Amino acid sequence: MIRASKKEKCTFHFHNTTVNIFVGLFLSVVFSNHTAKSKKTLAKPGVKNIVLVDGVRTPFLQSGTIYADLMPHDLARAALQGLLNRTGLPKDAVDYIVYGTVIQEVKTSNVAREAALGAGFSDKTPAHTVTMACISSNQAMTTAVGLIAAGQCDAVVAGGVEFMSDVPIRHSRRMRKTMLSLNKAKTLGARLSLLGSIRLAHLAPELPAVAEFSTAETMGHSADRLAAAFGVSRLEQDEFALRSHTLAKKAQDSGLLSDVISFKVPGKDIVSKDNGIRPSTMEQMAKLKPAFIKPHGTVTAANSSFLTDGASAVLIMSEEKALAMGYKPKAYLRDFVYVSQDPKDQLLLGPTYATPKVLEKSGLTLNDIDVFEFHEAFAGQIMANLKAMESDWFAQTYMGRKTKVGAPPMEKFNSWGGSLSLGHPFAATGCRLVTTVAHRLQKEGGQYGLVAACAAGGQGHAMVIEAYPQ
Amino acid sequence: LVLISILGLHCEYFTRTHVNYEIKGDVAVIRMNDPSVNTLSVQMQREMTEVMDEVWGNSAVQSVVLISSKPGSFIAGADLNMIQACTTAEEVTLLSQEGQKMFEKIEKSPKPIVAAINGSCLGGGFEFAIACQYRIATKSKKTVLGCPEVMLGLLPGAGGTQRLPKMLGLPSAFDVVLTGRSIRPDKAKKMGLVHQLVDTLGPGLKSPEERTIEYLEEVAVEAARGLAKKQIPLTKEKGLMQKIQDYVMSYPFVRQQIYNTVQKKVMKQTKGLYPAPLKIIECVKAGLEQGPTAGYLAESQNFGKLAMTPESKALIGLYHGQVTCKKNRFGTPEKEVKALAVLGAGLMGAGIAQVSVDKGIHTILKDTTLEGLSRGEQQVYKGLNDKTKKKSITTFERDSFLSNLTGQLDYNGFNKADMVIEAVFEDLSIKHKVLKEVEAVIPPHCIFATNTSALPIKDIAAVSKRPEKVIGMHYFSPVDKMQLLEIITTDKTSKDTTASAVAVGLKQGKVIIVVGDGPGFYTTRCLAPMLAEAVRVLQEGVDPKKLDSLTTGFGFPVGAATLADEVGIDVAAHVAEDLGKAFGSRFGGGNIEFLKSMVDKGFKGRKSGKGCYIYQPGLKRRDVNTEALEILESYKLTPNAAISSDSDIQYRLVSRFVNEAVLCLQEGILANPVEGDIGAVFGLGFPPCLGGPFRFVDSFGADKLVEKMRKFEEVFGNQFTPCQLLLDHAKDPSKKFHK
Repeated sequence: MIRASKKEKCTFHFHNTTVNIFVGLFLSVVFSNHTAKSKKTLAKPGVKNIVLVDGVRTPFLQSGTIYADLMPHDLARAALQGLLNRTGLPKDAVDYIVYGTVIQEVKTSNVAREAALGAGFSDKTPAHTVTMACISSNQAMTTAVGLIAAGQCDAVVAGGVEFMSDVPIRHSRRMRKTMLSLNKAKTLGARLSLLGSIRLAHLAPELPAVAEFSTAETMGHSADRLAAAFGVSRLEQDEFALRSHTLAKKAQDSGLLSDVISFKVPGKDIVSKDNGIRPSTMEQMAKLKPAFIKPHGTVTAANSSFLTDGASAVLIMSEEKALAMGYKPKAYLRDFVYVSQDPKDQLLLGPTYATPKVLEKSGLTLNDIDVFEFHEAFAGQIMANLKAMESDWFAQTYMGRKTKVGAPPMEKFNSWGGSLSLGHPFAATGCRLVTTVAHRLQKEGGQYGLVAACAAGGQGHAMVIEAYPQ
Repeated sequence: LVLISILGLHCEYFTRTHVNYEIKGDVAVIRMNDPSVNTLSVQMQREMTEVMDEVWGNSAVQSVVLISSKPGSFIAGADLNMIQACTTAEEVTLLSQEGQKMFEKIEKSPKPIVAAINGSCLGGGFEFAIACQYRIATKSKKTVLGCPEVMLGLLPGAGGTQRLPKMLGLPSAFDVVLTGRSIRPDKAKKMGLVHQLVDTLGPGLKSPEERTIEYLEEVAVEAARGLAKKQIPLTKEKGLMQKIQDYVMSYPFVRQQIYNTVQKKVMKQTKGLYPAPLKIIECVKAGLEQGPTAGYLAESQNFGKLAMTPESKALIGLYHGQVTCKKNRFGTPEKEVKALAVLGAGLMGAGIAQVSVDKGIHTILKDTTLEGLSRGEQQVYKGLNDKTKKKSITTFERDSFLSNLTGQLDYNGFNKADMVIEAVFEDLSIKHKVLKEVEAVIPPHCIFATNTSALPIKDIAAVSKRPEKVIGMHYFSPVDKMQLLEIITTDKTSKDTTASAVAVGLKQGKVIIVVGDGPGFYTTRCLAPMLAEAVRVLQEGVDPKKLDSLTTGFGFPVGAATLADEVGIDVAAHVAEDLGKAFGSRFGGGNIEFLKSMVDKGFKGRKSGKGCYIYQPGLKRRDVNTEALEILESYKLTPNAAISSDSDIQYRLVSRFVNEAVLCLQEGILANPVEGDIGAVFGLGFPPCLGGPFRFVDSFGADKLVEKMRKFEEVFGNQFTPCQLLLDHAKDPSKKFHK
């Protein structure tokens, strides 16, 4: 990890004292950007080109902070309005809106529609909500791609929102049953007898948990087991988390996180920065006790993504329509895949399975990719995925492949930070990943980018993004 | 010098085959790896002693981890052959004392020892673990702790009866030692038997099993270091409840009260037929009341005594028999049964479906009516759901098991079935109709198994176009609880069909005996004469409760009258009539008309709410059905005082059972006495302390049994005529069924 960060340092600060050693590496990085790609473009004859016009997000804030008094659709509204401002898109030019969310606020179960109406979109624009755990907004985007590819729409807004400052806490099932029966009870006597049946135990609330329904295992616990299965040490995890925070801080300070819009929170100040980026020291991180598996676990609060509030939105169009409207698109959205595997022991290995699949689908190799953006659920999960991708044994035993996939080179990997540092509002992360790839390709001059993410339920996703010619 | 020591290490490494060790920094990791199963064999103990001495002598070592290299077991227990090879109690006592000494050294080790447990940690292995200073166990489904010695008629003879009361407190210790039950890791943690739990790992860079053991070792090594550095305390702060319990237990009269209560409970449950639990109480008591020296001495001496008891020999025989009957002596079938169809969603059919779907076999459950099917599917659901309540499976597993079940009223999908098991009404013409219907729709390779308790398979197969594919599979009710499966082959049944039926039964978790065809096969045929005798005893005026206490007093877990109610009076009548026709007066005794009158009145046993007893839902207490007594009144017989003592009645019942079993072996219905014993104990509840009818003849003496039978024969005639094989054994005392 340290070596990798030095490499990056070298690419940014050319006049390093160790320049002699790293010049070669630097050159190879630069060179790789200019090597002949397996394919000049992923455009296919007879297939519509679909483009990302632009993408924005609200600042990602730790839950329970400045957004605490909002509702989910407020955040989604902010992202949608931000997208309109950024693109100058006429409100009635949007054919459809798809939004992702994971923990649903029951009052706004179709949060897409509520947010769109509130953001001033035409009430003639239909909107629906999708859910697929941490890849919900990826699902929203690919739904948009599908609608455009099928010729049903030309301009679709996709996005995702997650609001962890308030989650639905329910009455117990028995209490709910009693309360529902109370509605139907006709006589006073019947009502009184129902009320009389309430016991103290009925009043215990039901809290939502970030746990698998099928296995009842919390995600952090599973991540710790995964890290142990791949022999990922606590040190490696802390180093990766530190890397994420360090890179995010640098990106934030250098103004690279241009997808973040400013948001005037009612009753509070304008927010324009993510507030979870906190580069610490290895010593401080080492002090933390394991959060899930005690006493010998390795996953801690410092090397896990934190509970986050945030929303994101992207504008996706057919290339023709975008050009006709005078836009300069940022990127093409190309091939994508969804994968799924055992939700118990391989819960968070989605990227390992999805990456080779999407590369094969698009006819590219790992070397063709200039920019990697992987969702960082846990440092241990990322390290486990990297080790799995580097293992021939794993590829042969579990993936039915002859050889390993190969791990992405670290200098191309999440170099503006990731979910560990920027935050991870479950359903909003997908759009952030795609927008970041587009921005990084523009900034670094690469052609192909790859997004990969894991999700609860043992699912995963990957997408190939091609830079729009500058 | 370094070179020499390395060479030295190498030499020892190669001479030791069961135990080796590696020094990781300041921690010695001792790995046990018996070429077969890890047991505390002579070899294992010798090498362990050597290794421990080296580790203790090595000043670089501060702490020790004890781990098994076998994925499924830590130490499965002591080596039973080692105990069985002894001919005197003194020899066994000596073995026990060696074990005690070894574990005492472990307990007093100046360097903390961590037992890292993955897989079965039972008996002597468990005693080894609790002698260590610290225990870490994996949460694997294979990890179980416990001391099952009592189930073999023994006691934990290497300190178990002495250490457990101190670790767990008297009540929990008695529970663990007297029941011999297996303790799952999470429960063990709660009880304080283990200090730390380690999760099992999924796919990684190695196989999950291998990596899990490695991970366990890593965690254990860290813990060992922590212990050596005193960062991890050895004694846990006691909770309030624990303190209160300890305080209460400090009064001798409280302890005395507990000994008495436990003693009474044991006597009630075992009727005094099993010596081991009583000896265990004695050992625990000696240790607590007279101190460790007396305690350990009592433990080793009683261990020696118990090993020589016929009860222990019987129970160990059953254990070995059960292992034998969990193997497929017919080889691997050509085609694995993946798709099963069960006909009839009654108690049996649904039970068979339940034990199949949870093993991953796709099962069609077919009935003729929607009501019947619904009841059957509910039974399967309830059976699995009850397991979720006991937390042995998750609700998710329940749902996924249930997805293997298809309930239907037609023969859809039978064209893809690998095996059909019919469990329709016991009537030859219905069975024939069903067989013909099924053969019209199933593929050529499909096996037709019939679940019947008495109808000869060859009669059922008579209408088959492919009798080589027809076989009997006699399940016992309730199917999900009863371990036995009796498989019946006709002379036409092919070997592959048999292999396939055995494979399915084993998959369903059954203990299997394979017997020849004939009326009542083996189990029903043995039971019928005993029940006939029971009816006669009732007719002679013995109260059902008295009859029950006579049979349970002999060691049967269920009394004869209760058994009749459980089996069903109608079934008993049916079977008695069928077998009576087949075997003639030898199967006589009680009047079948009495059973028929009961059925006419609707007294069909537990299922109808009334039989010999009255059954009320939710009520444990059962009253004798006075109306049944009234019926009995009209069939009253006068008992012959010469053969009606309690003991005579017991032997009248048992000798008919045993004689019929021996006759089954003589006629070749049974392949060997082992299956005969297993079938009788696991299927019919023949007293486990006697080890089955054949072991009973061996230990009781065939001559003595024949003598008793001759006395009864004088009064009742051929029902008590000993069979030729029994006579042969009576004539020549050197002849034994079990060597």
